[in-house]
Amino acid sequence: MSNVYIIGAGEAKYGELWDRSLREIAVEAGLKAVESAGIRTKDLGAIYMGNSLGGDISMQEHLSALMSDHAGIASEYVPSIRVETSTASGASAFREACLGIRSGEFDIAMVGGAEKMTELYGNEMIDITSSIIDREWEAFTGATPAALAALSARRYMSDFNVQKDVLAQISVNDHANASLNENAHFRNRITIDQALGATPIAEPLNLMDCAPLSDGASSLILASEKYVREHGVEGVRVMGSAMSQGAFALHSRESLYTVEPTRIASEKALKQAGLSLKDISMVEIHDSYSIYGLMALEDLGFAKKGKARELIENGIGLTGNLPVNPSGGLKAKGFPYGASGVGQIVEAYYQLKNKAGKRQIKDVKYAMTHSQAGSGAASVVHILGVE
Amino acid sequence: MGELSRMWREMPSRYRMEGRRCENCKRVYFPPRDICPVCHRESIGRMTPVDIAGNGEIVSYTIVHETPPAFIRQKPYVLAIILLEEGPMITGQVVDCELEDVKIGKKVRSVFRRISEDGKSGVIHYGYKFVLDK
Repeated sequence: MSNVYIIGAGEAKYGELWDRSLREIAVEAGLKAVESAGIRTKDLGAIYMGNSLGGDISMQEHLSALMSDHAGIASEYVPSIRVETSTASGASAFREACLGIRSGEFDIAMVGGAEKMTELYGNEMIDITSSIIDREWEAFTGATPAALAALSARRYMSDFNVQKDVLAQISVNDHANASLNENAHFRNRITIDQALGATPIAEPLNLMDCAPLSDGASSLILASEKYVREHGVEGVRVMGSAMSQGAFALHSRESLYTVEPTRIASEKALKQAGLSLKDISMVEIHDSYSIYGLMALEDLGFAKKGKARELIENGIGLTGNLPVNPSGGLKAKGFPYGASGVGQIVEAYYQLKNKAGKRQIKDVKYAMTHSQAGSGAASVVHILGVE
Repeated sequence: MGELSRMWREMPSRYRMEGRRCENCKRVYFPPRDICPVCHRESIGRMTPVDIAGNGEIVSYTIVHETPPAFIRQKPYVLAIILLEEGPMITGQVVDCELEDVKIGKKVRSVFRRISEDGKSGVIHYGYKFVLDK
């Protein structure tokens, strides 16, 4: 089976892009990726598009075909498909593209992730985003994605005697890193006090514990080992790619603060890569809510259950022991559902290629990315490296 | 947030908390399941209806301030995960109480209440909520 390499990346800025349409931002990211990879669109063997809520928000389905056509490449007749696993859609699209290349069916694939979240207003969006949780047995009762995260947070804080300031550090770190990322939704730094004093959303979580609704698009070009050799391209290798899925509803899980699929996907990806956690230079985690950041660090294996606090105290900044979310994370780079999973890998690609500018981490050799679906129904973990 | 047929077919579970029991392992499921995740094929055709008493305790709770349109009039409300005495955990609101009286571990029992409405002239959804057990 062929190894898979990332050979190009592109992004449209994340944020509230009222003057731009879903197809515009998706095409911008895709064409930037094609340009950076030095390929032609006629070289594409397949296109995989991660998108979560296009049908509900924009009332538009079959986005893969729409984007491809809007990019002006309908006449190339490239197969394209949309991949949907709610908030992990982008990471799942990336994984499917990897599997496609490994199968030998084609040598080059485009992965896109795009979401237009600011088309509709606040309360209506809470209803629509609640389609990532169990509509009939969670959302029906008044549960929202934020409320489920809050249920995890309350129990976590109670069982491990953890205070809100520990959760807030995840958001503070995200904002600090995003201040150095020109594609980020929020580029302001925040203090712990600001994070702790924000408007309540679902107690104990407040506005600064919750990732924003962002528009955004990210794209990557993947190539087979054969292509990379023949063209003398120095890509970033996909060393591990794993997905795991467990119970859908939060109330069906044995623990309210353990996402078993994250643990399993992390173990699988590390095994494929032949690496241990000590080898990982940086991690992009799915912190749609601050508590999920803590849970991810623990379930990925970087800290024991209930002990993420110690890991955070040892430094998660760009020069820390384990740099977390150099991109600014979901909280500050932004959270366009279907794009985020691709965006995390774009960040890992820039870091590994030493192209991350002001937020470049020193000597990045291996990077891990983690994307979670909903309240933890599924997780996708990737390990990327330079050789 | 729900069409008529969906509401109609869910009435037994929403109105009187009808769950399912796996006759192979005797585990009780609510919301109802068609297949027991423990017994798998041994449970097929052996998942029988069982009524849940509605008694349980709070495993975790939150006070929800930002809500979908259907719940705006109720905010802020308490949403909790309840461990039912029959075994399963479910999500539901805790009502008729002071917010500060809600705590992890408190005993609750189910009550039949209006949950939401589909707009001014739409369907009214009823179902279970919980009150603190005095």
